[in-house]
Parts: sequence; C-alpha cells; structure tokens
Amino acid sequence: MESADVLKIDALRLLRGKREILRGVQLAAHRGELLALMGLSGGGKTTVLRCITALEPFDAGSIALEGLVLHPGGTASRAVMRRLRRQVGMVFQFPSLFEHMTAIENVTLAPLHVNRESKGDAERRAMDLLASLGVGHRANALPRELSGGEAQRVAIARAMAMDPPLLLMDEPTASLDPARRGELGETLVRLKSGGRTLLITTHDDDFARAFADRVVILAEGEVVEEGPPRAVLTNPKHPATRALLAHE
Amino acid sequence: MLLVRRCPFLILLAVLPAVPALHAAPPPLRWGGDAEGGAPYVEADPNDPSRVRGFDVEVAGEIARGLGRRAEFVQVAFNSIDQSVERGDFEIGMSGVEDTPARRAAHAVTIPYYEFHEVLTVRAADGDRFRTLADLRGHRVGTLGATIAYEILEGQRVELVSYDDDVHPYEDLQQGRLDAVLLDNIIAARRVRRIPGLFIEPLPVATGHYIAVLAHDNTALRDRIDDVLRARMRDGTLERIDRKWGIWDRYQQPFFASVLSGKTSAAAQPAAPQPRKLVLAYIPLLLRASVVTVILSCAAMALAIFVGIGIASGRVYGNLAVRAALTTYVEVVRGTPVLLQLFVLYYGLSVVIRLPAFLAALLGLGLNYAAYESEIYRGALDAVPRGQLEAARILGLTEGQVLRFVRGPQAFRLALAPMTNDFVALLKDSSLVSVITVVELTKQTQIFATNIGSWVVPGLLCAALYLALSLPLSRLARTLEVRWKAPTS
Repeated sequence: MESADVLKIDALRLLRGKREILRGVQLAAHRGELLALMGLSGGGKTTVLRCITALEPFDAGSIALEGLVLHPGGTASRAVMRRLRRQVGMVFQFPSLFEHMTAIENVTLAPLHVNRESKGDAERRAMDLLASLGVGHRANALPRELSGGEAQRVAIARAMAMDPPLLLMDEPTASLDPARRGELGETLVRLKSGGRTLLITTHDDDFARAFADRVVILAEGEVVEEGPPRAVLTNPKHPATRALLAHE
Repeated sequence: MLLVRRCPFLILLAVLPAVPALHAAPPPLRWGGDAEGGAPYVEADPNDPSRVRGFDVEVAGEIARGLGRRAEFVQVAFNSIDQSVERGDFEIGMSGVEDTPARRAAHAVTIPYYEFHEVLTVRAADGDRFRTLADLRGHRVGTLGATIAYEILEGQRVELVSYDDDVHPYEDLQQGRLDAVLLDNIIAARRVRRIPGLFIEPLPVATGHYIAVLAHDNTALRDRIDDVLRARMRDGTLERIDRKWGIWDRYQQPFFASVLSGKTSAAAQPAAPQPRKLVLAYIPLLLRASVVTVILSCAAMALAIFVGIGIASGRVYGNLAVRAALTTYVEVVRGTPVLLQLFVLYYGLSVVIRLPAFLAALLGLGLNYAAYESEIYRGALDAVPRGQLEAARILGLTEGQVLRFVRGPQAFRLALAPMTNDFVALLKDSSLVSVITVVELTKQTQIFATNIGSWVVPGLLCAALYLALSLPLSRLARTLEVRWKAPTS
C-alpha cells in the first residue's frame, strides 16, 4: 500500500450462491482524489461499496484502509469496525434519511451519540453543513417534505457531519437533472479539498469527464480499464467501456 | 255400557293410548341443570358419561313420570338457568336452584323439595377461631356467585370472593387463599370428604330451600308439578331418593310436613327490594367493577408491551436458540385459549406458587397479549427500511443505538394503531378473569342480572360502560394512524 493510498482493494471476490458478482477486483484510491467507479448496471459497482463499508462480507481478497484491513467472511473485530466507521462515510443512492427526524436531526444524530458532541456544537456544525450544501432553509423539514435533490444533499451533510477521510457515494447523479448534476459536481470538488478522498459510482460519463480525477471501469465483476477520464472515456480500449459510452 | 253399545268405536278410542304405533308419544319434559355442579345434584354418570345422575336427576325423573312424560336433560350453566328457562330452552330448571324472593318475583317456582343450610367451612386449625360470620370480619370468604350465600356475604364486612363453581372455593380454602367458604351443607359435606384439613362449623348461618324454576307464565305446568311433588313427599319417594344420595337428615321430615301442611311456601328471605332500588344500588358496584376492569386492562397492557418488546427484539436480534424459544412461546400462547392459560396460572400452578387472583389475572392477560404484541412489534421492526439501518450503522451507531434512535421509534409509530386496537380487545377480554374470582365489569353485571332476574338493564349499563372506555381508545387509534402515517419510502 503506497502511503498516498487511502484505500486498496486486492483480488476482491464475492459470490451470491453460485454467481460470482466480483471476480478479483483490484482498486486503489489516492488521498484527495475524486475517483469514479463506472460500469453498466449490474456490473458490481454498488457491491464494491458495500464491501468497503462491511455491509456485506466477501469471499476472498482483502480491503485495506489506513490502519485496518478487512478480511473475507466479515469477521472484523469491534475495534476494527469502530475505526472503519470513523474512516468511511457513505451516501446511498436512495438517501435513506431517517423518516421520523427532521433534516437537522438526521445530521446531528451521529455527532451527538457517536462523537458525544454537545447539542449546541452539533447543531451549529449541522446548520453550517446544510447551508453550505444549499439546504439550510430546509433544516426543520421532514424527509417526506424534501425533493429528491434536497434529500440527497441532506444525506451528504449527514455523512459529512462525521468528517470521514473517505466518502463513498452510490450513483449520486442518478436522480438529478443536468443543472443539478453540475451543482453536485462542484460540491464534490469542494468536499475533496483538504485531502478528503471521494469514491463515487456512476454511469454518467459526462459527469466523470467533468469532475473525476480518475475513472475505473468495472465490467462483470472485474476492473477492465482505468486512468484519467479524458483518456479512458475519449479513447476506450475495452469493449465494456465502449458499451458503456454507447449506452449513454 | 249404554254408551259403549251405542258407540262401539269409543272402546277403540279408549285403548288407543296404549298402542304406541297409532298414538304419538307425549313430548319429553326438557329440564335444565348444570352437570358441572356435580354430585349429589347432577353429575355425568361415570359408567356412561353421556347420561347424568344425581338426586336432582331422580326428582326430575319423578316429576316427568308424574306428568306422564319422559325426562330429557339439557345442560346449562348454573348462572344461566333462570334466563334459559325464561327463553324456553327447557321447561323446568333444577340443580340446587334456590328459593329466593327475586326468583319468585321474576319466574314461576315450584314448592320447595329440599331444605338445606348455609354453613361455614374453615381450615381445621381455624375451627375455634371462625365460628360465625362475625368472626370473619375483614377476612376472605368465598362462595358461588348468584346464590343466597353470595347475598348473605354481600351484607357482611368480609372480603367476598366469588366463584363460578363449588369445587375451587374449597381448594383455595385449603391452600390459604380464603379463610372460609359459605355454601350449602350438602356441598360442604361432599367437599370436606375429598379435601383434607377442612372443618364445617356446626352452627348454620341460614336456611334455604331448593325449588324448580319455570318460565314466568308457565304457572299451569308449575301447579301440576307441585301436585306431583306433594304426592312424592307423601308416598316416601323423595325420602328414598334423598337417602339414596346420602342427603336425608333430621331437618327433612319436619320440612316435608310443613310443606304438605302449606306452611312453607314463601321464601324464608326478606321480601325482594324494588327493581328500581336494586338498579340504583348496583350502579356504584358496576362503576367500581369498571375501575377493576380499567386497572387490570392498563396493567396487563403495560406488561404485554414490555414483554412483547423483549420477545420481538429477541426474535429479530437473538441467536438461533433464543429465536426458537421465543417462537415456541408465541405459538403456544396464541394457539391455546386464554381461558385455559388463566386456569393453569391460578389453579394449575397453585401447587408451586399461590398467586393472588388479581396478580394471576394480570399475568395471564399480560403474558397472553405479549405474544400478540410481539408479533406486531416484530412486523413493525421488519418494516423499517433496511437502507436506514445501514445508513445508521455506517455513521458509527451501535446496534443498540440503531434500535433506540432509528428502528425503535419508527417501529413504534407503525405499531401504535394496531396496539391501540389490541388494547380495546384486551379491555373486553378482561371479562374472562372472572373465572379466577376477579369481579370485574362483566362479572358484576352477571351478578346484577341474576339478582334482578333480567339482562336488559344490566346489559345496557354494562355495554355503555365498555363503550365509554373503548370508544376514546378507538378514536385515539384512528388519530394516531392519520398523524403518523407509515413512511412512504
């Protein structure tokens, strides 16, 4: 693991029944970069994120983060899990906000009960985060009262409130119109300043071209191509990459 | 003879009744009694449990024979004999039916055919201590509901415990749940023979008589039955029956004599109070009984919620052994009647632990409803979207915190409306605990109805009280359902 790598995935394999979902995924993310994990639906992108967050156990390989390694079988100790939770944040494709809490309560829950911050501090930071994401005025709204884009930004604020060095986002552009995608891209660029690493899954090549530092193409459970977005997406070498671009 | 000669077919008519093929037999005399009351009144015949035997059975047989009919037994709960005879389920009711002013006022009753005494039974060790009712001031005294003994005890400063049968009071007396039982000497003598350590006080508390009860307007049949009973007293048949069942005592001969001379016809008790007065007298009792219903229901529901949450959490989070044990509990409790569970808790467990009646009722209802509540909570816990749970875990919340802050509160909102519905059901099911001597609203209504001989007023009052308790709850359930609609995503 190079010192600049905050995440290194080695020969990651995962089976569901007899189907091999991930077939030896090899992947590294460097500090401070925005890495786009691309591929057609069903290629295993989301599964990779779920393995990194230990939501799903894998069958072979390893996932190394700064100071901790996840092994097959999902047998991480409590101490490892605690450290993992401090290092990795995640924003789901469907924001999965806590339906019974207002936007700001969603954001302050973990700071209050995991970090044991004071209520005043947690709320002040949460308001700053919501405001910086353009949803400060929705702080007291319930999730069901938010639009799709607003809910996503509240979910980003919720993840950012724990200040994770590595932030994973699953298909953040999927439910946004083009104008909103641009705004989101700029937000992500801002988030990575200060050394935070972002790993997002997407099949939106325009978005990747505009904002990603590097892209990794995943097809049928394997990394088939990777490099700077302009190079990979302008001059695709692998048939899967070409299919992805044609699909768009 | 002239007639015969002129109309020979009259001879034929005269012999017709003797030819069964040509003449329809008279309808059987349907008589109602409670075989659960047991010997010597009415009990299932050990040799053929489809038949009944007992001294009441034989008296009914003699009555039927005297009327030229065949006796046919109809099983009826002791407490319902009066109501059933009035609605025509059978023509006469008898199995230790007592002669009371209320019964005389509401129904047609026969002359008495047996004289009994209300006697106190105590534990042998208390033989000298509790000789009379006055000695039992502040103590627990049990008896059968809706009887003369019950009415006598109502007027005393004792803690009255009402039963639906005449076996359990004596068992509870032996086990120390009661300090005395007041019931008919026949019953006492029989129970004391079977249950060791009990003693019957020699001084009778009161004297009463058994009669047969008929529908209010059936006085014609009643008068014919009275004739039959008098004839059987005169010819010694009743004495023979009483002796056969071991209940002939020194009081019976003078009693028969006084009946035959027409002296003993009115009930020995004071005149029945006016119905309106009785209704007014019962209203405070009904209100007090509804307080019992409310306290019992609230406490049982609190227990059901507490235990239900535990079971649901165990079934969602527990390991295989815990899940299997809890699933078994839920299935057993849901698959057996709550009535049975109450009996087992109160009487079955009494060998090991002697639960007070209210506590047994509370535990029985609470633990029963816990099984149903746990299923609601389990469903509600499962209904909280998995994405939210994963989001919470990734934020670093422990499983306990996820349950407390994310899963629990949302599941609670989903569960609240069905829970409120269950509470309404529990409120009504609480009436079942009368089988273990807790007098709640329904039981008090039943006593009320038996005493005034009608279900109309008591039934309406009782229904009004239940509605007053349950309607606000139903309304609350609807309001909560609207306010906390299930999350859409």
